[in-house]
Amino acid sequence: MRVVADIIKGAYSLIVGMGVTIRAFFSPVVTCQYPRETVNISPRFRCHTKLVGDPENPDRTKCIVCGMCERNCPSHSIKKVEGEKKEGEKKKTATSYILDFTTCSQCGICVESCPVDALEFSDDYNPVGLKREDFHYDLVKEYEKRKKAV
Amino acid sequence: MCDTINNIINIVGKEVVRTVIGLVGVFIVVLGNAIMLTWTERKVAGHIQRRIGPKEVGPFGLLQSFADSVKLLGKELLTPANVEKPLYYLAPTLIFVPVLVTFVVIPFDGFLQVKDINTGILVILAFSSLTVLSILIGGWGSDNKYSLIGAVRSVAQNIAYEIPLLLSLLPIIFMANSFSLRDVVEAQKGLWFVVYQPIAFLIFFIASVAETNRTPFDLPEAESELVAGFHTEYSGMRFSLFFLAEYTNMFIVSAIAVTFFLGGYQGPILPGVVWFFMKTYLLVFVLLWFRWTFPRVRFDQLLNFSWKILIPVSFLNLLVTGGILKL
Repeated sequence: MRVVADIIKGAYSLIVGMGVTIRAFFSPVVTCQYPRETVNISPRFRCHTKLVGDPENPDRTKCIVCGMCERNCPSHSIKKVEGEKKEGEKKKTATSYILDFTTCSQCGICVESCPVDALEFSDDYNPVGLKREDFHYDLVKEYEKRKKAV
Repeated sequence: MCDTINNIINIVGKEVVRTVIGLVGVFIVVLGNAIMLTWTERKVAGHIQRRIGPKEVGPFGLLQSFADSVKLLGKELLTPANVEKPLYYLAPTLIFVPVLVTFVVIPFDGFLQVKDINTGILVILAFSSLTVLSILIGGWGSDNKYSLIGAVRSVAQNIAYEIPLLLSLLPIIFMANSFSLRDVVEAQKGLWFVVYQPIAFLIFFIASVAETNRTPFDLPEAESELVAGFHTEYSGMRFSLFFLAEYTNMFIVSAIAVTFFLGGYQGPILPGVVWFFMKTYLLVFVLLWFRWTFPRVRFDQLLNFSWKILIPVSFLNLLVTGGILKL
């Protein structure tokens, strides 16, 4: 008698399993066909930092070249934060801001320490390069490139 | 042109021409089926796992199997150093003989059958058990412990499951009163035999899954335990012959199940061939569905299931059918 009960129970479990797979068969696909389509990057995603443009004067970034980020960076990934004072302006304008992305751990201390909120994380999640120097970004140049593209 | 054909037919005889044309047709069906099924298997697997499977080569990835076969054809045929050469070379060829012979007796339609042998079912059963011989030869000749384990498992499994397979077909032969496959189909004009013999159908289907070495009974291959089982040492075209045979075997067991239980080529409106292939591919889909649902059984479970459940039940079924028919 126990054998018969086992067979019925087993057969029932098999049918349940087949129900699960056939439901999956007819439900929509969940994968993203990567090179053809890309998923939306979540707003909190951390890739390398980027400089934010000044809303009043789009030619310059918000950066005032105070050097807080350079000083606070735990891995010394930020170098050569330099700038000049342009005529008629009170603040300095950044002319160079080198981020060594090979040593950056995306901790976000630079973003937090910036007094004028000139830094934020970009969503450039797939940077590629053939040599180490490809990941030494000059964020000022990168900002200008971005501005041209818009 | 017509004269030439008539002359040829007169010289060699009608029967020979018919057989040759039939065999060419069988080859086309075998290859087309294997190409279709590799694609279908991957698509079904993809959708069951909620991805889309092959899609890059051709529309919906339909040409994927052609790309794969070209790749396999281009590969070097490696022969490991210590193999038993005659056996090693014989196995992939031998696995294809029973596959082709079984096709000869399957009635695709009322008139579409290479040859209606009056012991058709015996031919099918006799030749389909040859498959296990080539698996044994291949596994033995490979000089590899995984191949050998796979081959030995395959023998034990096929012997165990051949018996319920035969016993589940016997009641049908009782009811149709003939060994010829066409007669069996014609006997199902009114009601399909699956209605009279649901248990026999179930047993036949389970046993045929085991006979084709498909999951959940894929112990001879068992990729997670035995690398690739009996065809571990085969590469290139030799491997793809095993592969081709597996898919053709799937088609054959489904075709036999359709012929014996699901009314064969019979059905309303549409022509018989269409009905036959529709039913067959429905069963093939069920086989694929099994594969992507069930985990592999353990070896003792496999043998216990056959010897302790399937064989007694099919004997009982046979007895009851015989008794009822006698009354």
